[in-house]
Amino acid sequence: MILDKSWWKYLLAVWMTVVILGAFLYAPPAKGLGETARIIFFHVPTAWLATLAFLISAVGSIQYLRTQEKKYDIWAYSAAQIGLIFAILATVTGSIWAKKIWQSYWNWDPRETSIFILLLIYAAYFALRSAIDIEEQKAKLAAVYSIIAFVTVPFFIFIIPRVYESLHPDPLINPEGEIKMDSRMLQVFINSLLSFTLLFFWMLRLKIETMKIHFKIEQSLSE
Amino acid sequence: MVKRSLSFIHKAYIVFLKDLHVEFRSRYAVNAIFLFAITTLTAISFSIGPIRLRSEILAPLLWIILFFSSMSGLAHIFVREEEQQTADTLRLLTSPNSIFLGKWLFNIILLFSLEVLIIPVFLAMMGVQVDSPGTFLLIIFIGSIGLASVATLIAAIISQASAKGALFAVLSFPISLPVLISGIHGTQLAMDGGTFKEAISDIQILFSFSIVIVTLSLLLFEFIWRK
Repeated sequence: MILDKSWWKYLLAVWMTVVILGAFLYAPPAKGLGETARIIFFHVPTAWLATLAFLISAVGSIQYLRTQEKKYDIWAYSAAQIGLIFAILATVTGSIWAKKIWQSYWNWDPRETSIFILLLIYAAYFALRSAIDIEEQKAKLAAVYSIIAFVTVPFFIFIIPRVYESLHPDPLINPEGEIKMDSRMLQVFINSLLSFTLLFFWMLRLKIETMKIHFKIEQSLSE
Repeated sequence: MVKRSLSFIHKAYIVFLKDLHVEFRSRYAVNAIFLFAITTLTAISFSIGPIRLRSEILAPLLWIILFFSSMSGLAHIFVREEEQQTADTLRLLTSPNSIFLGKWLFNIILLFSLEVLIIPVFLAMMGVQVDSPGTFLLIIFIGSIGLASVATLIAAIISQASAKGALFAVLSFPISLPVLISGIHGTQLAMDGGTFKEAISDIQILFSFSIVIVTLSLLLFEFIWRK
């Protein structure tokens, strides 16, 4: 498998360096938002990965309930852990940007509310896991909770910001379905999105492998 | 001996009646939820004093009382089964979904009976003028169904974990936020005399959310319940 080789990791390092340089040097400042718009190259990928991790965690949970195989629980748990990191990053970068544009770090814009709820859900998920001792029980109930939480997310992400007005700019997912972005910005943006996603899968793989080893050691200790 | 084939709904009804009987024997959940609501309401009313609040503050206060009162009493329905070790017998007796529906119905009735008492007292104590009572009642009605549905499902999960009381609110809060946000928004509109048409988007969210949660519960409850 291609991911077992190590050359792509060096490639990713070069790629991300180019993306970071491009974000500051190559892409022009956006209309209206000025230089602060450069945060889009880092903020949007982290927010996207927080959502993707949540999706992977939910799919892992569904698979776990279907098959009762331990590896799917490891998938779900690892994705949630990596997802939490990206959710925090998205919150922090968004908050810094909000301070610059809206003059306050936090003002409960619907987008801020959504990401905060995502953080709460992750926190509740880990709290639930830590409160159950039996492994199978833990995996099963955490999977159920993860699915419940996942199903309520569309209410936050799609319905609430549309019912209540948001100031958050959304150039990619807008009601008209058009991409309103400068072509050079778009190039950097797409590259950033892809390289961050690759980084995410690398992190996820590492996490899953270490979790598997962890469980193997625990099993051999209990035997 | 008369043999009757009990339908799914009928079994749920029997579970509901059983829980009603057990509840009237101990009155644990009723005491918890009513006293909690009254304590909170009194605390709020005392600390505010004679000041007349605007609907932007009254509506959230009402929903905070309802949410935390639910958190104090609605978990008992499943926690009791585990604590008194009656859960296994119940598992043998009937299907998971009729158990869930019976307990769901019980929690809804419990929350409704709380509201019948607490909302008039709230309106009287805080001196609230509700300009469109029909919309107000509808929002409270659908919102409570949503809240009770989330609470029943989460109660089933936490009844099998340790530190139940703390976990219940922590797990329920993010899930029931759509109910709280739309409920507060709609209640505020109704207090200010908003028409049914103005509150329709909130009612739609509350309604669809309840449907989604109940459907999800019926799909997932078996996994929570079976050991």
